[in-house]
Amino acid sequence: MAVLADTTVLLGKELRTEFRSRELLTTTVVFILVVVVLFSFTFDPSAGESRRFGPGLLWLSFLFAASLMLQPCFLREQNNDTLSALRLSVRDPFSIFLAKLSANTLFLLLTEVLMLPVFAILYNVHILGVFLQLVLVLFLGSLGVAIPGTAFSAISAQARMRELMLPLLLLPLLTPVLIASTEATRALLDANPVLRADWLGFLAGFDVVFLTALWLFGEYLLEE
Amino acid sequence: MKSSFKAAILFVLIAVTGYLAFYYAPIERSMGVIQKIFYLHISCAFSAFVAFGTCFYANLRYVFTREAKSDWLGVSAAEVGLAFITVVLVTGPIWAHPVWGIWWTWDARLTLTFVLGLLYLSYLLLRSMIEEPDKRALFSALFGIFAFLDVPLVYFSIRWWRTQHPQPVILGGPGSGLEPRMRVSYLLMWGALTGVLILLVSARYRLEALRASVEDLRREAEVR
Repeated sequence: MAVLADTTVLLGKELRTEFRSRELLTTTVVFILVVVVLFSFTFDPSAGESRRFGPGLLWLSFLFAASLMLQPCFLREQNNDTLSALRLSVRDPFSIFLAKLSANTLFLLLTEVLMLPVFAILYNVHILGVFLQLVLVLFLGSLGVAIPGTAFSAISAQARMRELMLPLLLLPLLTPVLIASTEATRALLDANPVLRADWLGFLAGFDVVFLTALWLFGEYLLEE
Repeated sequence: MKSSFKAAILFVLIAVTGYLAFYYAPIERSMGVIQKIFYLHISCAFSAFVAFGTCFYANLRYVFTREAKSDWLGVSAAEVGLAFITVVLVTGPIWAHPVWGIWWTWDARLTLTFVLGLLYLSYLLLRSMIEEPDKRALFSALFGIFAFLDVPLVYFSIRWWRTQHPQPVILGGPGSGLEPRMRVSYLLMWGALTGVLILLVSARYRLEALRASVEDLRREAEVR
């Protein structure tokens, strides 16, 4: 339970830092907007075509946005060496990761939910009837992006060319998340929407696998 | 035994297995002579997976023991595995074009091989981006562990999605199996290429050990 108590405090700190400036959220929203608009020029976004290609491009834009958004997660702690302070202040280093990945999931989910209506209007798809189911898919998918993303943000913070390294490390690893979330979203945007429990289960499985890995190896990621 | 002698033995062995594959093993009934490429294709795929498995083992071992030797093994196995997977990715389309009528399809095993190649490419890139040897070893090992955990997830996600690759003929369950002369050729090719794998990894390992000692000496010289 000590882990949870520490995590809550650290999560509060992450949220406060972000909501003071809202830098990450605004830039990510604008980034997704730009990508979604640019994608519309690459095919004819009629209702039928959008149902086929829309979910994929939506998730691709989320993935690209996430690989940029997760960048400062550990970099921010390097400036004043606050990472050492964080390490000293918690009983289990896992709670640092837990707090950071919860904050990242929350930020991602927030931007995605904001962009969903814009996407629906621009691409002529109906989301009103399936909004809650879509949010469930978005949540499991964002968690799947945020767990390895937070871990790799700690890795790329140690490398040169780190702005390029994080997408290179993260994006190939997220292939299963891209497939599962795109398929689940496509089924929901279909003319006869269905909630694909198999893909949701797969996403949950992905989340569990990498959360366990992070729990086992997280402390090594924080070594200097 | 000197490694040039071992290489000579392997050279002869590969020449013999090449002869067996082309002249001793019968020509496959439906695919014709193009099926001969399988002897190289499958054996290289097998060697690549062995190499990546070795890399995973070395990565885990490094994280827990912190012996530089495990790091050397990890990078050697990853590099050689990448070379083998390149052969797989080149020979595959050469076979697929006449048989399937297309060079490439996004099938489970093809995509897995491609994503696996990308992941280990990122692993090697990450190594080149971290200067300090201990950090490089630790963080690349952690990335390697995460990347390897992704392999079954990538495989199953694409398998549920779509699949076209021929079902396993070897160890494929009832109804599968090989003509005896083909089996002999396959086994010998496997043996020969596993030999090449071991030879290359050990050569690369020695190179990495030499590099590490050069780096140590240079640092010692700078201190004086």
